[in-house]
Amino acid sequence: MATIEKSVLSKPQADSGFDVARIREDFPVLRQTVNGKPLVYLDNGASSQVPQVVIDRGSLYLEEEHSNIHRGVHYLSQRATTAYEGAREKVKRFINAREAKECIFVRGATEGINLVMHGYGRKFIGAGDEIIISAMEHHANIVPWQMLCEEKGATLRVIPMNDAGELLQDEYDSLLNEKTKFVAFTHVSNALGTVNPVKRMIDQAHKYGVPVLIDGAQSAPHMLVDVQDLDCDFYTFSGHKMFAPTGSGIIYGKAEVLETMNPFQGGGDMIKSVTFEKTTYADLPNKLEAGTPAIASQIGLGAAIDYLNSIDRVKAEAHEHELLRYATERLTAIEGVRIIGTAREKISVLSFVIDDIHPHDIGTILDQEGIAVRAGHHCAQPVMQRFKVPATARASFAFYNTKEEVDVLARTVERVIEIFS
Amino acid sequence: MSELSELYQQVILDHNKKPRNFRKLESANHSAEGFNPLCGDQLTVYLNLEDDAVKEVSFEGSGCAISKAAASMMTQAIKGKTKQQAEQLFSEFHKMVTGELDEENTQNGLGNLKIFSGVRDFPVRVKCASLPWHTMHAALNKKEQISTE
Repeated sequence: MATIEKSVLSKPQADSGFDVARIREDFPVLRQTVNGKPLVYLDNGASSQVPQVVIDRGSLYLEEEHSNIHRGVHYLSQRATTAYEGAREKVKRFINAREAKECIFVRGATEGINLVMHGYGRKFIGAGDEIIISAMEHHANIVPWQMLCEEKGATLRVIPMNDAGELLQDEYDSLLNEKTKFVAFTHVSNALGTVNPVKRMIDQAHKYGVPVLIDGAQSAPHMLVDVQDLDCDFYTFSGHKMFAPTGSGIIYGKAEVLETMNPFQGGGDMIKSVTFEKTTYADLPNKLEAGTPAIASQIGLGAAIDYLNSIDRVKAEAHEHELLRYATERLTAIEGVRIIGTAREKISVLSFVIDDIHPHDIGTILDQEGIAVRAGHHCAQPVMQRFKVPATARASFAFYNTKEEVDVLARTVERVIEIFS
Repeated sequence: MSELSELYQQVILDHNKKPRNFRKLESANHSAEGFNPLCGDQLTVYLNLEDDAVKEVSFEGSGCAISKAAASMMTQAIKGKTKQQAEQLFSEFHKMVTGELDEENTQNGLGNLKIFSGVRDFPVRVKCASLPWHTMHAALNKKEQISTE
């Protein structure tokens, strides 16, 4: 009997052919209750959950391989180094980089962008130069460039967006000029869900010979990414948003660009030789990875990539798309709810506001029903200013979410309105 | 939903909907701005202090129901109080929402502000309730800008 019941429970969803119930079994965190209700985890845009295989891989490292990399001639150090460099190979294949050394391990996209700002920006950008970013950037892709502009006397230019949350391509084209020395924008907006036409935008910048950095924090977990096809000069993502532990992530850079850059930090592991008179730096990737990295986390990132490769990512993406479509339909139908971000091309993120109810109050009430959403400015205050809202509530989906969870969200949003009516 | 109804009591919902003393105070001689960078709450508290007493008080800004109601009820509570009395209330309110004061069994001047005691069951919301009070405290002491972070 038990087996029959289980098979009924785990029957695949007819609409996408994606077996969500099966997938959910891989994520132990999803089995718990919060405030007596099953956890409905819709905060994947902030951090996604970790499957058992990734947890196991981290444990294996700590139980059997823990040691420092690139240093010891002993057995454990070699095993740790092999696992760490193995993770780099997996990243390389995951984003289709030409070489593994183009994938620099960082502790997340924020560090990735800062690495480029320090290593590339401070070396090659000067007074009178211009840097272009977009109106929908996360603070991580605004503040480092502001700091650079302030230091160098360069100017920050911002690509505006329309009311749907789409970047105005004509405006972008006219911002590009011979003074432009760097372009940085997000692949997918964390606050709006907009998918930007990155390939076109990269091509435009390259007409002026300008390198482009893509913030992939919200795209890498949800879509197939090919950095050679995009032809971006830099691409960065955070492991903790793609089913790996915090402290993992990468910044990809074209080898010829990375070669010209200054080191980000100085220290151990990034040198060939050190004397008090002169230090020679190591080759890539070590030149850009000073000190002992988050070995366990990056090995975990490798395991998360293995996990993603083991599922049908095309079906997973279709399932996520259906969740977004369904959630948009359900929430739009509720009087008083307004969706922020209605771009034609969107993935995984649904930001909304309710008339006269602050998102923080929405978040607290949803939490009481076991629903985790983000309430706030999503580290994108200029986006909030653009849409004239102090904050939004944001449901962000992963492939382990279900339509039933969207129903719970919609019902509870109705309850929020009831409480405040 | 019992903790929830404790948090979102009718009085709080009413003050959220119709905040009292919600305006800029032209006669203000003290003011301060408060931010909660975590959620974007922002308010300005205006005071007209005369002979060390709060003659007039008002606030404006945007925030959640808890912070708005807390600000609204705070303006009612401190109007007419001396600076020292206002500071005393601030201290009692702060202790209540952080769970350091048993408001039912210890003598205090909180009165109807006790309805905010439910906030202590929602640790991330404590800052919402206390932001107006911190800002008022800063205005009393002439600090220009405060942040809960």
